[in-house]
Amino acid sequence: MHGLSFDIAHMLAGSLVLVSFLMLYQVRLTALLHVLALHALVLAASVAWQAHIQDAPHLYVTAAMALGFKALLIPWALRRIVFRLGIHREIETVGGIGLTMLGGMALVALSLQVMLPVTAMSDPVAREDIALALSVVLIGLLMMVTRRNAVSQVVGFLSLENGIILAATGARGMPLVVEISVAFSVLIAFIVVGIFLFRIRERFDTVDVGALDEVRGGRA
Amino acid sequence: MIDPVVLVLLIPLAATALLAAIPNYRLGAALNAAACLATFGASVGLLLHRPAAGAYLLVDDLNVVFVVLNGFVAATTSLFSASYVGHELATGRLTPRHLRFYHAMFQLMLFGMNLALVANNIGLMWVAVELATLTTVLMVGLYRTPEALEAAWKYFILGSVGIALALFGTILVYLAARPVVGEGLDAMVWTTLLAHARDFDAPLLNIAFVFLLLGYGTKVGLVPLHAWLPDAHAEGPTPISAVLSGLLLNVALYALLRFKMLLAANPLALAPGPLMIALGLLTVLFAGVMLYRRRDVKRLFAYSSIEHMGIIVFAFGLAGPIGNFAGLLQMAMHSLTKSAIFFSVGHLAQVKGTQRIAEIGGVTETHPLLGWGLVAGVSAIVGLPPFGVFAAEFLVVTSAFAQHPLLAVGLVVGLLLAFGALLLRLTQVAFGAVRGPLQPVRASHLPMLAHLALVLVAGVWLPPPMVAWFQHVAELLG
Repeated sequence: MHGLSFDIAHMLAGSLVLVSFLMLYQVRLTALLHVLALHALVLAASVAWQAHIQDAPHLYVTAAMALGFKALLIPWALRRIVFRLGIHREIETVGGIGLTMLGGMALVALSLQVMLPVTAMSDPVAREDIALALSVVLIGLLMMVTRRNAVSQVVGFLSLENGIILAATGARGMPLVVEISVAFSVLIAFIVVGIFLFRIRERFDTVDVGALDEVRGGRA
Repeated sequence: MIDPVVLVLLIPLAATALLAAIPNYRLGAALNAAACLATFGASVGLLLHRPAAGAYLLVDDLNVVFVVLNGFVAATTSLFSASYVGHELATGRLTPRHLRFYHAMFQLMLFGMNLALVANNIGLMWVAVELATLTTVLMVGLYRTPEALEAAWKYFILGSVGIALALFGTILVYLAARPVVGEGLDAMVWTTLLAHARDFDAPLLNIAFVFLLLGYGTKVGLVPLHAWLPDAHAEGPTPISAVLSGLLLNVALYALLRFKMLLAANPLALAPGPLMIALGLLTVLFAGVMLYRRRDVKRLFAYSSIEHMGIIVFAFGLAGPIGNFAGLLQMAMHSLTKSAIFFSVGHLAQVKGTQRIAEIGGVTETHPLLGWGLVAGVSAIVGLPPFGVFAAEFLVVTSAFAQHPLLAVGLVVGLLLAFGALLLRLTQVAFGAVRGPLQPVRASHLPMLAHLALVLVAGVWLPPPMVAWFQHVAELLG
């Protein structure tokens, strides 16, 4: 039984990494938002499974939050913003898709290489989860670095937060205060971003962060 | 009688709700100042009566210094802010609606910072630092100019990444603690962690510290994670520049120090010193070079803050009684001096209607008090005697020479670079040909003068009880 529960936890965490890779090569914003929803869905499944095997009912709350808030509400709201701003066409990526994918693979290798040896003492479930969660975090970072569009940077940040929740739930018995705070921070972050996107829209007619750089002019 | 630690948290929180409900900006500014003064009073109360450590809150010798400093600088900044925003309102850069939001956020930020300082739970501390960051993001974007929005966006993105990495590090600390302390809340309580740190899994703790250093280091403004700092300082309202430099950087650094103490308590863990020394030195040198090409006066002093954070991290990296003592002293002195500089610069930029250095000149002639205040502040910040920064930097350099002469050379080069750059600009702004509008300004000089006086006194004569206190804390830091 332990073998099976471990395998399922491992599979779900691995799927999250896979969906992170899916994000890396989306060139349309709407498609990217669909993948973001999928990402949160996989996270919800993974957290729910952790709740089951750790016998920790409070984690179901986290799973429900991931499902309702991050898989449905946020992608929906971002989609509205994208359509309202009329930017549902292509997104520019810096450096090209192939290179980004290679970078993502390197990051996964790096996180496994770093985390597996040092967590040798921990129980195997936490060990795999933490290593895979770090991969998700790093891929999220990579995405934020390589995209210039403000909405896709936010998507990168949200996937990064998903990775952190995966790590938090993988750590057995982590107090709930953290999960709530993470979910809460996402909420705040989202509000902040929402406000910013609208203000930026007001002023620039573009949500491309590259265009923001241009306004700097002669300032040093 | 209510516990002062509760007051330190409750007053800003209540003031946030109150200020959000008050549309009158004059009343808002007055209440803001009153609430800050009351919080300062409560923080002083902490010196007299200290509650026992709980699962969530802790007041010890280390953080009480920062809570009091926080309270003091916030109080003086709120006085400065009152006259600053009056001018902004008169010139139409801000509306009363903006101010209502601004005052409420100011108190919420104060709550976040105080909570981060007194938190005994590493999860709670993380939440509090994040809260303080988000409120400052909103205030940096207050002017809604393209530049301000860009600065706020950059700050938000980099700050979020930093805070995310810090959370990952926090989770790893929990993982390291769990086998020893047991599952649940106890494994996140800092005092419990410190008591058991000896038995933690060292490699896990090492990785955790790297994440925490990068995460909280982003907030501290360490190179190469500093990119948000100059923009946020230059484009936000000047009172916010003052609290960013004076307080928020310190709070983030304080969080880092707490984790450094955990690492120091574990004999097998890696020594955090070399990592911090390397990052600190890189920061000092980079900021020293970057100071030369600044054309915006607030941006100039933002880079100077980066440089000083580098010095402080370097000092804590050296560790030992002298290194830690110097780091603590430098934190206090920098926060007082830099906010005084921003008070002066804020009013000067308002008179001149610009922040461009080339368009500001000869201010000691036209605005003697503000001008000479700026001269005193910059002299202090570059480390000229008899100001307190000199004493702190002198200690850092001598301690570095004693331990690693070669590194000390690097540090001195960085200090001299910054010295040259800042004095060069100062002569232009303070003594050069008179440029820009000349009308008098309704400035509040008291905050600036109070800070400068304190820095001067600390440079000439540190009261023995304070020395003993700092020494004791330096020992705690290991």
